[in-house]
Amino acid sequence: MIRTTHVSKSFGTFAALTDVSVDIPTGSLTALLGPSGGGKSTLLRIIAGLETPDSGSIEIAGADSTKMSPQRRNVGFVFQHYAAFKHMTVANNVAFGLKIRKRPKAEINKRVEELLELVHLEQFAHRYPAQLSGGQRQRMALARALAVEPQVLLLDEPFGALDAQVRKELRAWLRRLHDEVHVTTVFVTHDQEEAMEVADSIVVMAEGQVKQVGTPDELYEQPASDFVMSFLGPVTKLRGRLVRPHDLVLTAEASDGAVPAIVDRVVRLGFEVRVDATVDGEPIWAQVTRYRAQLLDLRPGDTVYVRVLERVDAPVG
Amino acid sequence: MARVSLRLVALAYLLFLLVLPVGLICFRTFEHGVGPAIDALTSPSALHAFQVTLEVAIPAVLANTVFGVGVAILLVRHRFLGRRVLDALVDLPVAVSPVVVGLALILVYGKFEPIGKWLDQRGIEIIFSIPGMVLATIFVALPLVVRAIAPVLEEIGIEQEQAAWTLGATSWQAFRRVTIPAIRWALAYGMVLSLARSLGEYGAVAVVSGNLVDQTQTLTLFVQERYQNFDQPAAYAASFALAVIAVCTLLLINLLRPKEGTR
Repeated sequence: MIRTTHVSKSFGTFAALTDVSVDIPTGSLTALLGPSGGGKSTLLRIIAGLETPDSGSIEIAGADSTKMSPQRRNVGFVFQHYAAFKHMTVANNVAFGLKIRKRPKAEINKRVEELLELVHLEQFAHRYPAQLSGGQRQRMALARALAVEPQVLLLDEPFGALDAQVRKELRAWLRRLHDEVHVTTVFVTHDQEEAMEVADSIVVMAEGQVKQVGTPDELYEQPASDFVMSFLGPVTKLRGRLVRPHDLVLTAEASDGAVPAIVDRVVRLGFEVRVDATVDGEPIWAQVTRYRAQLLDLRPGDTVYVRVLERVDAPVG
Repeated sequence: MARVSLRLVALAYLLFLLVLPVGLICFRTFEHGVGPAIDALTSPSALHAFQVTLEVAIPAVLANTVFGVGVAILLVRHRFLGRRVLDALVDLPVAVSPVVVGLALILVYGKFEPIGKWLDQRGIEIIFSIPGMVLATIFVALPLVVRAIAPVLEEIGIEQEQAAWTLGATSWQAFRRVTIPAIRWALAYGMVLSLARSLGEYGAVAVVSGNLVDQTQTLTLFVQERYQNFDQPAAYAASFALAVIAVCTLLLINLLRPKEGTR
């Protein structure tokens, strides 16, 4: 388990972290999610020992590591821009940590081979990082971090520098890798979709504080605040109340609790149809299925009745 | 038309400033054939001057390499009080005339000055001997290594070193296995530049060496002394040798430079 207790950190007058206490269970795949400047990278770097907290403590696997140097923490760290050792071949990059530990040559070669296989770079062992694509470099960086069998694997915006297609592939691949390797993994992202897709649990951070911790479902269904709710998915406001656009029910007839709305625009996006409307002069939008939209046969200027799906609880606070 | 005349101006400029003087040195050296030139360069005094030049230049380059790497890392990787002052001080040797440097060293290490006296009583002679000449040469070539590697250090950033730390490398291991290889071409470039500067230094060395023939005479001092004593063939031959060394270092520099981009 990784435990941070009352961790604070400032850079000059900017408070990057304020009293952050969070537990990350052993073997989990956790996302630190939040807008940029929210302190998530700083927290990750403090766990790695690349930054020192101004106050508070860090515990990794039961041992207090607040004052431990990064060399002795036994963490694997993956940087957004790969931090590949450019003058070494892929194999030597992966072997670096093992060579530092003075492992026997045969053991190093065997382990490097296994790891390159794990990240599907076997045929690139003798290439230099400059000859690899971004996605391949990041997989090499992952193999390099995993080589030393770290207690914790930390990834700082690992897919942030990659294009959309590669990012999607690597996400799925990271999820599968974690299912194989089971090392406690924490990754930083500002992309809620990435966090929801990959992580078992999500720590939402903003303004240097932890806003909520939970599984992707918990955060989506029971957000602790309007901020968490709007950060984790699409939202719209119905008479001052924040709701998910797909939780709005549109009907042709008036019913209990439904409010009348004037349709402004109907946008067909394949299966999903987006309806822009006005309630009491305020804009609102609803997400309905193609089938439902056809049934209602909505046109701009029509009046429709809007209510919120029963199971949805209003956000607390 | 304008472009052609611009080229002609540039060529004429180079012809009168560079090609003609150096060409004439070359011509004078071999005016009477290769034999006399070789004789002039292999006289005991000339050979000794070669030896002294190397004895001064090599320690100076080594010292400037160690100092240069240290200061560049300090300037790029650390934020501390007086950093800007240090940054400015590094460039001082370029601005100060070498003769002034020589005189300043005599003021500190001369036999009749407090520090010089103290050292002299312990049998350490600085002025009018090799150590003083090395000091003077270090001073004049001081900024070259720093300025060659600082921008590269800046550009590669600190993440590779941090990655090495998280993989268990100590600061020294990260420096040796990651930082040095990453800056190696820039470092080689800076070292060659400072070697060229050290071999060619005249002013500061002239002041602190005393120009003692067969003792503290470097190649540049040899050229000047021979010329003044109407031994033109030796002066020209030694000048030619210096010019050849300069051209070789220039070639080396050009070989090293493009590699910076492909680190």
